[in-house]
Amino acid sequence: MAINLEQVGRIARLANIEISPGEAAQTSAALNGILGLIEQLQSVDTAGITPMAHAQEVAQRLREDCVTEQDQRESFQAVAPETEAGLYLVPRVIE
Amino acid sequence: MKWETVIGLEIHAQLATKSKAFSAAATKYGAEPNTQACAVDIALPGVLPVFNKQAARMAVKFGLAIGAHINHRSVFARKNYFYPDLPKGYQISQYELPIVAQGKLTIELDGVEKVIGITRAHLEEDAGKSLHEDFHGMTGIDLNRAGTPLLEIVSEPDMRSAKEAVAYLKKIHELVRYLEICDGNMQEGSFRCDANVSVRPLGETKLGTRAELKNINSFRFVEKAIDYEIERQIDLLEGGGKVVQETRLYDSDQNLTRPMRSKEEANDYRYFPDPDLPPLVLDAAFIKDVERTLPELPAAKRARFIKDYGLSAYDAGVLTATREMADYYEQAVKAAGADPKIVANWVTGELSSCLNRDNKEIGQSPVSAAMLAGLLARIADNTVSGKLAKEVFEVMWQGLGDADAVIDKKGLKQITDGAAIEKVVDAIIAQSPKQLEQYRAGKETLFGFFVGQVMKATQGKANPAQVNELLKKKLAP
Amino acid sequence: MSLQPTQASLGELAQALANKTISSVELTSLFLERCERLNPQLNAFITLDREKTLAQARSADARLAAGESGPLLGIPLAYKDIFCMRGWLTTCGSKMLANFVAPYDATVIEKFNTAGSVCLGKTNMDEFAMGSSNETSYYGAVKNPWDTTAVPGGSSGGSAAAVAARLAPAATGTDTGGSIRQPAALTNLTGLKPSYGRVSRYGMIAFASSLDQGGPMARTAEDAALLLNVMAGFDARDSTSVEAPVPDYTQTLNGDIKGLRIGLPKEYFSEGLTKDVAQAVEAAIGEYKKLGAQVVEVSLPNSQLAIPCYYVLAPAEASSNLSRFDGVRYGYRAPEYTDLLDMYCKTRAQGFGPEVKRRIMIGTYALSAGYYDAYYLKALKLRRLIAQDFQAAFEKCDVIMGPTSPSTAFKIGAKSDDPVAMYLSDIYTISVNLAGLPGMSIPAGFDPAGLPVGLQLIGKYFDEPRLLNVAHRYQQVTDWHHRTPKGFE
Repeated sequence: MAINLEQVGRIARLANIEISPGEAAQTSAALNGILGLIEQLQSVDTAGITPMAHAQEVAQRLREDCVTEQDQRESFQAVAPETEAGLYLVPRVIE
Repeated sequence: MKWETVIGLEIHAQLATKSKAFSAAATKYGAEPNTQACAVDIALPGVLPVFNKQAARMAVKFGLAIGAHINHRSVFARKNYFYPDLPKGYQISQYELPIVAQGKLTIELDGVEKVIGITRAHLEEDAGKSLHEDFHGMTGIDLNRAGTPLLEIVSEPDMRSAKEAVAYLKKIHELVRYLEICDGNMQEGSFRCDANVSVRPLGETKLGTRAELKNINSFRFVEKAIDYEIERQIDLLEGGGKVVQETRLYDSDQNLTRPMRSKEEANDYRYFPDPDLPPLVLDAAFIKDVERTLPELPAAKRARFIKDYGLSAYDAGVLTATREMADYYEQAVKAAGADPKIVANWVTGELSSCLNRDNKEIGQSPVSAAMLAGLLARIADNTVSGKLAKEVFEVMWQGLGDADAVIDKKGLKQITDGAAIEKVVDAIIAQSPKQLEQYRAGKETLFGFFVGQVMKATQGKANPAQVNELLKKKLAP
Repeated sequence: MSLQPTQASLGELAQALANKTISSVELTSLFLERCERLNPQLNAFITLDREKTLAQARSADARLAAGESGPLLGIPLAYKDIFCMRGWLTTCGSKMLANFVAPYDATVIEKFNTAGSVCLGKTNMDEFAMGSSNETSYYGAVKNPWDTTAVPGGSSGGSAAAVAARLAPAATGTDTGGSIRQPAALTNLTGLKPSYGRVSRYGMIAFASSLDQGGPMARTAEDAALLLNVMAGFDARDSTSVEAPVPDYTQTLNGDIKGLRIGLPKEYFSEGLTKDVAQAVEAAIGEYKKLGAQVVEVSLPNSQLAIPCYYVLAPAEASSNLSRFDGVRYGYRAPEYTDLLDMYCKTRAQGFGPEVKRRIMIGTYALSAGYYDAYYLKALKLRRLIAQDFQAAFEKCDVIMGPTSPSTAFKIGAKSDDPVAMYLSDIYTISVNLAGLPGMSIPAGFDPAGLPVGLQLIGKYFDEPRLLNVAHRYQQVTDWHHRTPKGFE
């Protein structure tokens, strides 16, 4: 498999990363280089193998339902790009 | 052509936990923006999720109540998409292995029962809110709701009309409130519904292309939105057009649905197991423990009310509509020692109309079950007449004391002293010679006139049975 | 004997602080002065903040004066800039976080604060820990003190350079595919990547959540043990943190290793390994034999596939982990945009560097519809095979040894245009992360050019005590770890 320019565009859209037409070819080449490395995966027969998503075989530990967090809006919003009336501001969202 | 409608619902019930699904911030509704959004909720770099045990318990409780399969091992996955009210850029949800699978619920419509399949119910986290009021042409983001636990309940496409869909939705609504896992408040968005609607020629077994309707926040709108959508799709198909698979928003002001612009591009959510969260493993003891907390479910309660209290199916239905109402009723029955049917009449009559009039929930009733029982006892022992009792109830509703205090204060105590009543009866007869003559001449309808006069003279307090008896005796020729 | 702080062990520094030979402010100032003077040559630190640092030193002195004592109380340390530290700029090597002053402390930082350590500064790193040379940092490449035209390795290259050049007595690093061990090898340090779940990840900016682990970078196993004593432990805020007691890692350093079974994976000594590294590693194994260890050959048949497996899984997780950098709540926001989508796309295009963007895109691709099974799911299955290889090998041995990196430090710029060549530098370290095992790199000699070689030790799950023990015994009979780069004595 190889990643063509159209796919680069699709991936960039999914990842929300702007790629100029000039960068697309270069990006596609770089991604295909990595893909070439990754393709070796296909050489192994993994039939019947259980996927391993975590580094350890443990069950999730659960938290008791207690509220321990205090309001820290001021300190959190001190590092925000744009806020008003306690809200984070973003360009208008159209539904 | 005859068309058949196919509807499936996706219901989002906010679980009534104190803290969020993956953080220890509060879930209370209505706080100042972003004051209940902790580091985890706003997805600061480096923070990690830890799941709330209570949310797992609530999901299991729901699963048990619909006779579903509880997955002892379920997995949290990440659903990846960008949206400003989704701080991590992904929603933690369950995808391949949900906590609850394959349940069912029986609905009733016009006396006919129907079983609706529930494909799955899975745990996930809610997003924040986008406020579109004008902030210099920008949108404001409040993340207080972000991370609130949700149970997404997905039905099979088993419903065939908007009415069936509403009946099912109401049934789920009733159930989650019975289980005390969701407050069911649709205005505040703690109980929400998306509807997948398609139509197909009657007799066709393949499903038609569906539209997903979003933003329907009341039972009434669910029915209207679906009905509008059915009509739109049929018109489209009959005009030779095609239904496009898309998400549509319901606009309640104009009563129509329109395509949602922000979801135009087909989504590729790239689900994968959340590496921050090992599998959710629930052992048999955990499930058993939840099972012990299961309350009597609505259908069982209804049947018991009919059998034990001799109620009509209708009254039993009204009285078990919510767990609070049923509890109120049973408390009143126990305390009053009165005929359960009389208690039922009061709860479904006087009490319900006051609740409706003042737009109150039963939990907010100024007249408690014990207070109602007290009033019923005074009717039973003839302290107050049934008619005046309604007046007493109204005063109790104003918060001016229990039955005894009100009766006393307002002097509404029934007159049962025979001699006292006789005195009034005699006086009324003496004042009305003309009516007496006509009555004795055979105009028996005038009996009511005499009763009315006596009651008027005693401000309605004379015991009606005694008045009747005395009048009959004295008016006889 | 007069104290030479830049050459002293952490134990000696703690002793000097305890008996008031030196105060924390004096000790800290001495290192700070070195940092300020020498950092321009190395670019090891992204942030140095004299005032904040000295304030911490003063409070440590107050605690010492009040009679408190502790192995790290008053000792200055350097922290990789991936750990959130309240009030400190925390950039993760990225333009995306160039203005991000963390409003909270990572668990690891909290633990060091409680122990009374002093933060000397935040060290440079590959952007979001994605790199093996420290060249992807937005703040510029870090130079290797052993040869300032060579890389120090990555991604914890700043920490490595700082400790190697004696700008800090010890430092923290993080390791997703070798980011502690490889730079330790390239700069003559002792670096330990603990077992997955041993050190809390809370507050450590995530690269690949199922692989990331924080750990110590120090000059000796003894110092590393002291740091790990503080860093390790259960954290209720991390669902992958393991609820197990933390042993005192210093207590088992001296255990006899006679009869220790060392497994040598034949796959680690095949093509790709440079001769100089192979020779140094073999000499080190010889040293172990002299100490009474036995050598057995083991096989890790799928180790060749660790790289493709890793370069699917790590980018896949990263593509999702880095979605939160969207210009809404913190960090960089593009100055000009037309609408919301444009704001996202420009913010992320401008805020991330090329390597980060490549990995996000590869990860996005590997998870996308139609490719998930062929790449992501396939890699998860391969991961199981790799973990099983280790299990089988550990039936035959107590510890696995081999090279940490196929070569010694390469020149700055040598591989920066070829991501694939760069990825191959992690060939021996990556599989350890996939399996969740503890791994270490210790100094094992030098190549003819005078560049350090690292010996890798791999242990069974949660067998850090043995790794530190095995490392310490070697360091008792060798002096590689005492060598200091010229100009930084």
